[in-house]
Amino acid sequence: MLSVTNLTKRFGGFTAVDRISFALEQGEILGLIGPNGSGKSTTFNLIAGTLAPSEGSISFLGQDIGGRPPMAACHLGIGRTFQIPRPFKRLSILENIAVAAYYGQNGQISRTRAWEQAEEALNLVNLPSDPKSPVDGLGAAGLKKLELARALATQPKLLLADESLGGLDEHEMEQAADMLSLIRREKNITIIWVEHIMGVLMRVVDRVMVLDHGEKIAEGLPREVARDPRVIEVYLGSEEIKIADAQGDAGGDAGGDARA
Amino acid sequence: MNRLLALIGVLALASIPLLDIGNYYLHLLITILIWGFIYTSWSIMGRFGLVSLGHGAFLGIGAYTVTMLWNQIGLSPWLGLPIGLGLSALVAVVIGYPCFRFRIVGHYFALVTLALSEVVRLTIVALRDNTGGSLGMTPRSADTANSLYALQFADKETFFYIALVVWLFGLWVWKKVDRSMSRYALEAISEEEDAAASVGINVTRTKLTITVLSAVLTALGGVLYAQYQLYINPETVSGIAISLQIVFAVIAGGMYVQLGPTVGAVFTLMLAESLRIMVGHDVHGLDGTIYGLLLVLFIIFMPKGILGGLLSWWEKRQSPPPSAKPAPAE
Ligand SMILES: Nc1ncnc2c1ncn2[C@@H]1O[C@H](COP(=O)(O)OP(=O)(O)OP(=O)(O)O)[C@@H](O)[C@H]1O
Ligand SMILES: [Mg+2]
Repeated sequence: MLSVTNLTKRFGGFTAVDRISFALEQGEILGLIGPNGSGKSTTFNLIAGTLAPSEGSISFLGQDIGGRPPMAACHLGIGRTFQIPRPFKRLSILENIAVAAYYGQNGQISRTRAWEQAEEALNLVNLPSDPKSPVDGLGAAGLKKLELARALATQPKLLLADESLGGLDEHEMEQAADMLSLIRREKNITIIWVEHIMGVLMRVVDRVMVLDHGEKIAEGLPREVARDPRVIEVYLGSEEIKIADAQGDAGGDAGGDARA
Repeated sequence: MNRLLALIGVLALASIPLLDIGNYYLHLLITILIWGFIYTSWSIMGRFGLVSLGHGAFLGIGAYTVTMLWNQIGLSPWLGLPIGLGLSALVAVVIGYPCFRFRIVGHYFALVTLALSEVVRLTIVALRDNTGGSLGMTPRSADTANSLYALQFADKETFFYIALVVWLFGLWVWKKVDRSMSRYALEAISEEEDAAASVGINVTRTKLTITVLSAVLTALGGVLYAQYQLYINPETVSGIAISLQIVFAVIAGGMYVQLGPTVGAVFTLMLAESLRIMVGHDVHGLDGTIYGLLLVLFIIFMPKGILGGLLSWWEKRQSPPPSAKPAPAE
C-alpha cells in the first residue's frame, strides 16, 4: 500500500534521510528503529507531508503523495502521532479527538458521528471519554495515548506512530505495544512504529527497518535484524542494547549474538 | 432560561428610547452599541489568538468607501455598503492569505496588521483631494432631515434602533461561530498548527475565513459610525491609535465571553468621558497613556477581562469549596 523509493531529505548541506526505499503491505506492522538523529521522525514527516522530499518518491495506494500538504495526506488515509505530544490544550480530551474525527474525514460526517467516533477511539486507548476531562491532567503516557487516539479518529489506513519518547516505564511500554497490535487486529490498520530501541517492539512487529545517519542499514524479520552485524555495531556500546530481552519472547538465540 | 433572560434584556434595551432619557445618554448608548459591535467583530478572530493590531484599516475602508461614493457620485449608502464590505474582504484576503500560507503567526502577524492600519491611514491622508485628508470628511447632507435613502437620521431614536439591531447581529454571529465546528478547528490551530493540519484541518482556509468575517463586520461598524457621527477623519477610523483601542477594549472587557467586548465598550467610554469631564477638555495623548497603563495592568491582573473575570469568580462561588462537601456517612 505504501512504497517509498530513494527518499532523501537534506537540510542545507546535511542529509537527514538518505536514499531510503521500502514497501509496506496492507495490514503489516513495520518497526522503524535507529539511534537519536538517525532520520526516523524526518521520514515520518516526509510521508505525512509535513516536509517535502528533496528527492525520491512516495506512493500511497497508487498515488504519488510526495510533497502534498499534511491535510491532503490525512484525507488520503495517513494518520500520524508526534514524537513530542502536541495536544490542543484549550480543548477537552474528547474534543481533541472529535475535531480529528470530523476534519480527518473532511467534514463528511455529522457532528454526532464525530463525537461517537471520538469516544470509540478513546475507549480503544483507555482514556476517559467523558466530555469534561481536560488535557491538563494527563502524564507522559496519557499524552501518548491522546496522540494515538487523535490519529486513529481520522480513520487512517496507514498509521505512523512515533513512540520514541522516553519517560515511559517498562509496563507502560508493554501496554503501548499491546495497544498497537490490538489496533492492527481490530481495525486492520497498517502501522509503522518508530522506537529508539528494539525492546518490546520486536514482539509485535512483522518486520523491522533500521536507520543510521539517515541510511537504511538493515531490514527484515525482527530476529534476523537483531543478528545483523551492522545493527549490532550501531547499538553496541549504547546502553540501549535491549535486543536480548526482546528476543527472549521472539525466540531464537539472537540475544546471545547481540551480546557477543 | 438564558433565552428568557436574553429576551427580557433586549426588550428592556429596546424600550429605553421611550423613557425620554435625553440626547446625551442616548448618544452614549448608541456609541456603546456601535463600538460594542466593532469590538465583538474583532474578538471573533482575536479570541483564537489571531491578534490583529490593524482593525482600524477595516473601519476606515468601510467608512471612507461609503462616504466617498455618496459624496462623489451620489451612490446611496445602501449600495455603497456592499462595495465597502467587499473591499474590506478583499484587503483581508490580500493581507491574510500570505500571512497564513507562510505561517506568519503571533507577534509577526500582529506587526503585519499594525502596518496595514497605518497604510490605510496614510492612503486616506494622501488622497486628500477626495478624502479631505487629515481634516476628515462629512457625508453630504440628504435632502430631507430623515432620509432612509441616505441613511441619515436627525433623531437619535432611529439610530439607536439601527445600532441595536446591528449589535445584536454581531452577538448572533459570535454565538454562531462559538457553536460551529470551526471553533474547534480554530482552537486547535491556535495551539498547534502542525498537529491541526495533520488531522485534516485546512489551516490556511480556516484562518482566512474567520479573518474575512471579522474584517467585514468591522467595516460594517465603520459604516455605521460614519453614518451616525456624520463626520470621519483618518485618526478616528483608521491608523494605529484606534486599532490599539479596539484591542485594549476587548482585553479589558473579556475576549472569551460573548458580552465581554461590549463590557469593554462601556468601560472605555466611561473612561474617556470621565477623563474629559475631569480634565475639562481633550488632552491629546493622555487617554492613550492611560489606556496603555491600564492594558498592562489588565493583562497582568485580569487576563480574562472584566466580564470574564467576574464570571469565573461567580462560578467559583457557585461550586462549593472541597471542605463544604458532605462528609461520608459513618
Ligand atoms: N527541520 C529541520 N531542520 C534541520 N535539521 C533537522 C530538521 N529536522 C530534523 N533535523 C535533523 O535531522 C536529523 C534527523 O532527525 P530526526 O528527528 O529525523 O531523527 P530521529 O531519528 O527521529 O531521532 P530521535 O530518535 O532523537 O527522535 C537530526 O540530526 C536532526 O537534527
Ligand atoms: Mg524522532
